[in-house]
Amino acid sequence: MMDGGMVTTAQALVRFVGVQKTYDGEHLVVKNLDLDIRKGEFVTLLGPSGSGKTTTLMMLAGFEVPTHGEIYLADRPIKNMPPHKRDIGMVFQNYALFPHLTIEENVAFPLTVRKMPRAEVKERVRSALRMIKLENLAHRHPGQLSGGQQQRVALARALVFNPQLVLMDEPLGALDKRLREHMQLEIKQLHETMGITVVYVTHDQSEALTMSDRIAVFNDGIVQQIDRPDALYERPVNSFVANFIGENNVLAGTVENIEQGFCRVALAAGGSVVAQAINVAGPGTATALSVRPERISILTDGQAPDGLNALPAQVQDTIYLGDHALAVLKVAGNGEFMVKLPPGAHAGLSHGQSVSIGFRPEDCRALDPV
Amino acid sequence: MTAAFVAGADASSEVPLKRRLKRAERTRRLKALALILPLLLFLLFTFLGPIAGMLWRSVDDWEVRQVLPHTVAALADWDGKDVPGEPAFAALAGDIRTARDAGTVAIASKRLNYALNGFRTIMAGTARNLKTLPDPGTAKATLIAINPAWGERATWAAIKGASGPLTGFYLLGALDLTRNLDGAIVAAPEEQAIYRDVFGRTFTISFGVTALCLILGFPVAYMLATLPTGQSNLLMIFVLLPFWTSLLVRTCAWIVVLQSEGIVNDSLRWLGLIDEPLRLIYNRFGVYVAMTHVLLPFMILPLYSSMKSISPAYMRAAASLGASPVTAFLRVYLPQTVPGIGAGSLLVFILAIGYYITPALVGGAADQMISYFIAFYTTETVNWGLASALGAVLLLATLLLAVVYGKLVHGQQVTGGMKN
Repeated sequence: MMDGGMVTTAQALVRFVGVQKTYDGEHLVVKNLDLDIRKGEFVTLLGPSGSGKTTTLMMLAGFEVPTHGEIYLADRPIKNMPPHKRDIGMVFQNYALFPHLTIEENVAFPLTVRKMPRAEVKERVRSALRMIKLENLAHRHPGQLSGGQQQRVALARALVFNPQLVLMDEPLGALDKRLREHMQLEIKQLHETMGITVVYVTHDQSEALTMSDRIAVFNDGIVQQIDRPDALYERPVNSFVANFIGENNVLAGTVENIEQGFCRVALAAGGSVVAQAINVAGPGTATALSVRPERISILTDGQAPDGLNALPAQVQDTIYLGDHALAVLKVAGNGEFMVKLPPGAHAGLSHGQSVSIGFRPEDCRALDPV
Repeated sequence: MTAAFVAGADASSEVPLKRRLKRAERTRRLKALALILPLLLFLLFTFLGPIAGMLWRSVDDWEVRQVLPHTVAALADWDGKDVPGEPAFAALAGDIRTARDAGTVAIASKRLNYALNGFRTIMAGTARNLKTLPDPGTAKATLIAINPAWGERATWAAIKGASGPLTGFYLLGALDLTRNLDGAIVAAPEEQAIYRDVFGRTFTISFGVTALCLILGFPVAYMLATLPTGQSNLLMIFVLLPFWTSLLVRTCAWIVVLQSEGIVNDSLRWLGLIDEPLRLIYNRFGVYVAMTHVLLPFMILPLYSSMKSISPAYMRAAASLGASPVTAFLRVYLPQTVPGIGAGSLLVFILAIGYYITPALVGGAADQMISYFIAFYTTETVNWGLASALGAVLLLATLLLAVVYGKLVHGQQVTGGMKN
């Protein structure tokens, strides 16, 4: 597997080159987007609402035209190609199954508009319905199906004509949690068995982490980071990504010096720690330190081993979560500092108790100030 | 646990579950009924009652029966093959004398005149000249002497035909049919046979207006449904504005616009496109223009509401699945507007077939619709029987349409994927 980085043109099925989009001519919804998507890849566009991820998807589908830049699909520029000629399957947020057609007719729609012979249509529809295990509901109408069933039909309809690319716009947003998790696995399996290329839009980070080969984190019209899920979580390149993906503890401070990729940071509330210098401007500038809750230990004897950052802390609260527990601490002025503990370990902590915490410099990333 | 409890309750009580449910629901149903009772009574007295009365009048035949009771009785056994015998003449002479004293001759003669043109004169002359009751046995000779028409079979057949209590005379008349001397149903004489033409004209005009409304209204409704709310609200006011204006005012406005010296003709002449004013009003063209304008909102509103419920995602989905804009419109959008098209067309058509004022004001003599004739017989000639019969035929046609529409919509729903 390649790491997230530049992909050569030959491998890329979709290429966004310097794409910009504005609706009002004043501010850009998408700012200078360069993004390559490989064939057979499952790429998720993740970000809060208004970050430009849906606009990006709509430009790829052909429902929005880029204000600037070009999009290539299989090396062909498609900026001015109407959506129905792009050969891209799409699954919509609310399924958009045609209410006046049966399930069978819905799935057959992309085939019949392509004037495929009747016998072949029938065969393909049957195998598509078998794939989603809804053969017995072929003659029902969408209104008579549950949300999950409708979602599967929408999937079958988007896949039945073997498009070179499948787009999904928050397809699981309307389902309840249990069904959503089930469908995540089902879509992932379909992706793997059929070898299709998927561009998936969601604002749900756990969905993105579960399903994707790579995730592009959008904020403010810019791709903040595009990487594999584990890299995104372990090695965020800026504060936005660190905060958006998973739980994160932030400590504000000022860089004192930088040496061999590490820097010493004086915390605003006093004390200093050593962190990886990832996204810092230089000595004397402000920074935000990022530490994941599971990378921190509570030092009961108060003595930190050599090379470990140690900070005094005060217990605010403990939360029992079944498979693990969380301690909410006050550390260097941050009253919501989370530490993940093994189950049962929270029993020894009480409100107001003074402890000290420790974490390795490798697990602490100095990022841009928030 | 729960199941056992329910079963136990079922077994212990003697009253079956269905009955208990009904009893429990009864109070609620009575309350609901009490709430709609005022409207129900209102409809009963102002709508259902008059309609029933109208239907009754179209078959009721009371005049001759009331004014000439003995004659009607004497003719009960008449086979109609020849002029009836002396007893019928004697009964008629007695009835006419009584009627003259009571001043009711005109009532009967008006009804008899519908059946046989000139009967009014026969009755009036007979009543005037029959000074005393003829001596027994001479009634026939006396009456024939007063007016030879009494010696004709047709005269007596008219009385027999009008002797009630029920008659198909008016309903047959409304369909250009009549009964001949032998009681067989035949086509009415050509100079009286106008109603089929009028019904045909009524349906043609209504159909044309409906089609025009659909053609003109569909794009407008589409635009209203797809524009941003602010703009569509503004446009909607323009659609509704004429809706809130009096029908009479709008119709008269069309007269101003379309007449020989009107805006359209003046403009065309000023532009040098025509020399003689075009005849735009007091003909079929004027009727189509004015009625389409008046009825357009009734088409646009149902279309708009059905289009408003169609998510734009459907068209996007169709495009992403490979359908060109035309295919997407025909296969995805249009089928979903069918309920709106049906509702709008039915509404416009049913309103159009009852139109009276607009064709009366902007149409010519050959453009008058059935309502004009109903009004004419109701207010001008006071022939309520025929007016009611024409109304009944119109009502029947409308009901038939509504039933057909109901069937179509029901079929649409079955294939339309509504939840059952």
